[in-house]
Amino acid sequence: MIAIKTEGLTKKYKDIIAVDNLNLEIEKGELFSLLGVNGAGKTTTIKMLCSLTNITSGNAFLNGKSILTESSKCKKFISVSPQETAIAPNLTVKENLKLICEIYGFKKEKCENKINELVNQFDLSAILNKKAGKLSGGYGRRLSLALALISEPEILFLDEPTLGLDVLARSDLWDIINSLKGKITIVLTTHYMEEAEALSDRIGIMKNGRLIACDTPACLKEITETDSIEKAFIKIVKGENK
Amino acid sequence: MKFLAFAKRNAKEIIRDPLNLFFGLGFPLVLLLLLSIIQKNIPVDLFEIEHLTPGVTVFGLSFITLFSAVLISKDRETAFFARLYTTPFKPSDFILGYILPLLPIALTQGIICYITAMILGLKPSLNIIIALIFLGFVSLFYIGLGLLCGCILNSKQVGGVCGALLTNFSAWLSGIWFDINLMGETFKKIANFLPFIHAVELERKALSGEILKALPHFLVILGYTFFVLALAIFIFLKKMKNNK
Repeated sequence: MIAIKTEGLTKKYKDIIAVDNLNLEIEKGELFSLLGVNGAGKTTTIKMLCSLTNITSGNAFLNGKSILTESSKCKKFISVSPQETAIAPNLTVKENLKLICEIYGFKKEKCENKINELVNQFDLSAILNKKAGKLSGGYGRRLSLALALISEPEILFLDEPTLGLDVLARSDLWDIINSLKGKITIVLTTHYMEEAEALSDRIGIMKNGRLIACDTPACLKEITETDSIEKAFIKIVKGENK
Repeated sequence: MKFLAFAKRNAKEIIRDPLNLFFGLGFPLVLLLLLSIIQKNIPVDLFEIEHLTPGVTVFGLSFITLFSAVLISKDRETAFFARLYTTPFKPSDFILGYILPLLPIALTQGIICYITAMILGLKPSLNIIIALIFLGFVSLFYIGLGLLCGCILNSKQVGGVCGALLTNFSAWLSGIWFDINLMGETFKKIANFLPFIHAVELERKALSGEILKALPHFLVILGYTFFVLALAIFIFLKKMKNNK
């Protein structure tokens, strides 16, 4: 079953084409990574799919619903963890979790259960009463991701979730993302090639707003005759794989 | 009732900032105490407690504008706001969530000022309650102004415009600290055109029990409140659309 389908998805900013005629299909439960250098159009693609930015032309369907005409319906089953840590800094970790539960209209009991579940899943008990603005980068990202999962989304967009984290914090987040694989459709953007290789079912490579390659990590390495996604990425982006 | 959850968050964001507490509650009290001491040593009609308190309660509201403008402008710059955009949160939830928590904060500020004034010699009366009710309407104007500034300015600009310009406007053009009749006709016309002096006069008349004399000022404040809130909501919605 197709979870995400884009048809000629395009975004223009005045004279700049940020995303150019993107045609893509992502299966339900798949973890799909978008790779590309800065300005390739990864974040803009996610922003369009989340209705955070208007589409210039084309369309996209999330679980069969158009983001152009049914964006409010789409918002009920999608969630996003933006590039920057998206938390309320003066609230405690628990208050942040509670706030998002209440925004999604959870009753008190469901709210408590959900908070307990996420605290265990993300190992947040030690920092539960700490102000979110005082958290370390790793804990901040964990909280940001936990907030994105409160609504039990069917589709989750992760925009560079491990950017700026140390090796251990990144490894912890990888474990969490891996545990979500198969249960939720995940679209992940990243600059870390090893991250894409370790986590993804398929990888899409964007350059100048266009999708120039899309396949499994193994196939991308095979096509480019390389032994790592990093080398494959460089070859594809430089156009040396032909 | 999603806006209530957001309103609670906004109240916490404001209250938990110690600077907000100092300027919101502490500063008006310092002014009240300081000017009362001056009044005891050098009697000036303007600084008599019955005359001074309504002015200080209105002046304190300019900090409420600053709080709301800072909160909104900062929120607009964060990923947290982007997260809220992707939830089933409606524009009305955003607007109510920003306006509602500031009303009790503004009223608490007014109540604390009046309690302090009573300690300093203000005679307790029912008029204080009436003045506080009118203060609620005045605070809506100041909150609306904060919403407007928060929508159009970034967090750095808000500090300058609301922190410096507005507090000065609210001070010089309101007749709190000096009689504007002393400043000449042009100054008086400008002051009368703007809402600040009407807000202070509304409170003074309400406190002295002259409700009929308060009504013209009340109408001016209602007009300004409606205009500012409508403009703020219009710009907020436009910004939400344009940010896309």
